Amino acid sequence: MCGLLPGVLQLRSSFKMAAALQFPANVSTLNTYNDLYPDWTQREVSTGTTIMAVEFEGGVVIGADSRTTTGAYIANRVTDKLTPIHERIFCCRSGSAADTQAIADAVTYQLGFHSIELDEAPLVQTAASLFREMCYRYREELMAGIIVAGWDPRRGGQVYTVPVGGMMTRQPVSVGGSGSSYIYGYVDSNYRAGMSKEECLKFTAEALALAMERDGSSGGVVRLAVISEQGVERQAILGNQLPKFSTV
Amino acid sequence: ISLLPLQYDLSASTFSPDGRVFQVEYAMKAVENSSTAIGIRCKDGVVFGVEKLVLSKLYEEGSNKRIFNIDRHVGMAVAGLLADARSLSEVSREEASNFRSNYGHDIPLKHLADRVAMYVHAYTLYSAVRPFGCSFILGSYDEDDGPQLYMVDPSGISHGYWGCAIGKAKQAAKTEIEKLQMKEMTCRELVKEVAKIIYIVHDEVKDKAFELELSWVGEVTKGRHELVPKDIKEEAEKYAKVSNCPSDENLDKVCPSSCYICP
Repeated sequence: MCGLLPGVLQLRSSFKMAAALQFPANVSTLNTYNDLYPDWTQREVSTGTTIMAVEFEGGVVIGADSRTTTGAYIANRVTDKLTPIHERIFCCRSGSAADTQAIADAVTYQLGFHSIELDEAPLVQTAASLFREMCYRYREELMAGIIVAGWDPRRGGQVYTVPVGGMMTRQPVSVGGSGSSYIYGYVDSNYRAGMSKEECLKFTAEALALAMERDGSSGGVVRLAVISEQGVERQAILGNQLPKFSTV
Repeated sequence: ISLLPLQYDLSASTFSPDGRVFQVEYAMKAVENSSTAIGIRCKDGVVFGVEKLVLSKLYEEGSNKRIFNIDRHVGMAVAGLLADARSLSEVSREEASNFRSNYGHDIPLKHLADRVAMYVHAYTLYSAVRPFGCSFILGSYDEDDGPQLYMVDPSGISHGYWGCAIGKAKQAAKTEIEKLQMKEMTCRELVKEVAKIIYIVHDEVKDKAFELELSWVGEVTKGRHELVPKDIKEEAEKYAKVSNCPSDENLDKVCPSSCYICP
């Protein structure tokens, strides 16, 4: 009978790791050093990464580094890992570049459709739920750690984290990616509730700079964005202007 | 203008020469044969009242409910063919459940009303099926949108309302509803008025016994749709009977509802 309109995009598992590289017969895929073939021909493209998002009164500040690696080769040193999902909802991507791009594209479609149906701006929670549904359902095939952050008229600025495996939780401040391990201490000790927009920007830039200093898979420039009722303001902090800490 | 349906009324896929789909109009007549249901939206919630005619003394009290729970925060009151209404309540529940499963939060009532109305409308397009012979009123309350009330009829149209009535006495009920200042009332006050309206429109001569079904959703229930608790319902019924009782005007007349409340 006339069924209900489709709500969810039916995904096939066609976005398994797209990097099914063609190896010559004499190349082993084990992690052995081979003079003939550089390391990066055997590695998947990964957004090594440090990503971060912080809530403040009236919006969110999100930030990311800009390095994409295939093994030890930096495939893109000016990557934009802050991806718009809707007018005032962004996601920070870490993990496999292909997986996170595919997921973000699918969620952007679903959220856009949902928003038109409802005839109002979508909730950040809805976007995060959509990410979670996909990341959990296909958890065996995916490698994606995503932070969803944005502003909606009902609940203001919100940050939701959807790490590998597909859990979803809201946090006032969240870090992710390979570089995040190095800055948990910094974030835990320096985060205060009720920071202003400028304080959040400084906090995020410094945390990212510290991570980029120590994590080999993170580096390049610091990309920042502020999402609030007024819209989105983006900026980039280039190499020589990065916050400096160490004098050695 | 074709006043006689002739052969234009046999299927929903046929228009009459004057542009009517008779099957849909007949479906609405089926609703008008059923007893009345009303829904009113107030400052802090929504109250439903249904005049449930009791056709046999052998029925268990409380059976053949005409108010359904669609989701925690959504209630549905129906009039018309009860079997059709039950089927639509299942459809609504599925919609609300799928929405929550996909998007992670309660379905907004406008969206639910639109989706179920779309479903009802689909059954008015084909000759292989007949339209649903029921209208229903959906109500919900949440902190962001406040109280919401929507009514869907067999043609598949849905409108938002402050107060609406469906069923045989809907005109009389609408007149009574229009007298209320519902935007300034609270749920507790409104419950009594809803009971009173049902008692007013109930035709004591044609339909004898009836059960009043009352439910509400609002700040008073913290956003959950529930049947009105027994003590509040009794108080509302007492208020309704006393307001309706004509025995003040004529002390010799015996109380028609035999409620023995008035001395």
